[in-house]
Amino acid sequence: MELANIEQLIEKYLNAATSLQEEATLKNYFTQGNIAPHLQEYEALFNYFEKNKAEVFTETIQLDIKKRPNRKLKWLSVAASIAVSVSVFIGNQEYRKYQKEKTFAQVRNALQMLSLNLNKGASAIAKVHAYENTINTIIK
Amino acid sequence: MKQSDFLKMVFPFKNKVFRFAKRLLVSTEEAEDATQELFLKLWKNREKIADYKNVEAFAMTMTKHYCYDRLKSKQAGNLTLVHTNYKEKETSLDKKIEDQDSVDQVHRLIQRLPEQQKMIIQLRDIEQYDYDEISKIVDMQPTAVRVALSRARKTIRQELTKTHNYGVS
Repeated sequence: MELANIEQLIEKYLNAATSLQEEATLKNYFTQGNIAPHLQEYEALFNYFEKNKAEVFTETIQLDIKKRPNRKLKWLSVAASIAVSVSVFIGNQEYRKYQKEKTFAQVRNALQMLSLNLNKGASAIAKVHAYENTINTIIK
Repeated sequence: MKQSDFLKMVFPFKNKVFRFAKRLLVSTEEAEDATQELFLKLWKNREKIADYKNVEAFAMTMTKHYCYDRLKSKQAGNLTLVHTNYKEKETSLDKKIEDQDSVDQVHRLIQRLPEQQKMIIQLRDIEQYDYDEISKIVDMQPTAVRVALSRARKTIRQELTKTHNYGVS
């Protein structure tokens, strides 16, 4: 293909006036590798078009809704299982905390009772002391 | 219509649908989902399809609408993942180095075009549709398609020339 012709086609191409056939000619010229230096910026453009066209849809078309694996559902199930295991873990921790608090309250009650009774005993002893003191003073 | 007949009918343009969806939705996964969804829709409407002369153009139009809906719902919700990803890529150092790979640069230049021009470039320069088909798919007058296409091509050319000259000097 003559260079002058290519230049003309490029001009037409930029004005969106080329036919599909002429665009094919341009594509052929710019993807064959031997390009005039002043036209080299177009090389990437046409190579990109060519490269992009090679990209294909690799999945098989699923017309059965039930069979179709749903990507979102998959991720949703992963998220759900994480949420469940986290809540079980936290729930378990909370339960243990509750159990500890319960035993702590029981122990506190028992100790309070003990100290109360101890105080009763102590006041009785104080009375005995007072009694003893008066006796001592009288005897002396 | 049997499933096998349907698949035979849509097989020739499944890649075009996929590439078109990817051009608009950017991510491969989104485009794959869109393609599956689209063929399911077509399959459900198989009775109607029989009336269309050009099933392929019809499928492409549906793809456009589907992708627009997806983009809209993404903007409405906060699922802008794809686009933020894309922006991050643009600014990262790795990407700047990659820019020297001019084929990648073309990709980015096209992605930066307005939606309409993006679609028309895809339909014309990659899928080689004629102007009548393109105007049907994008729902524009053929002259308006040409104007948009010319604008898109010139924008890309301008950017390419800029980096090309910069690279040389």
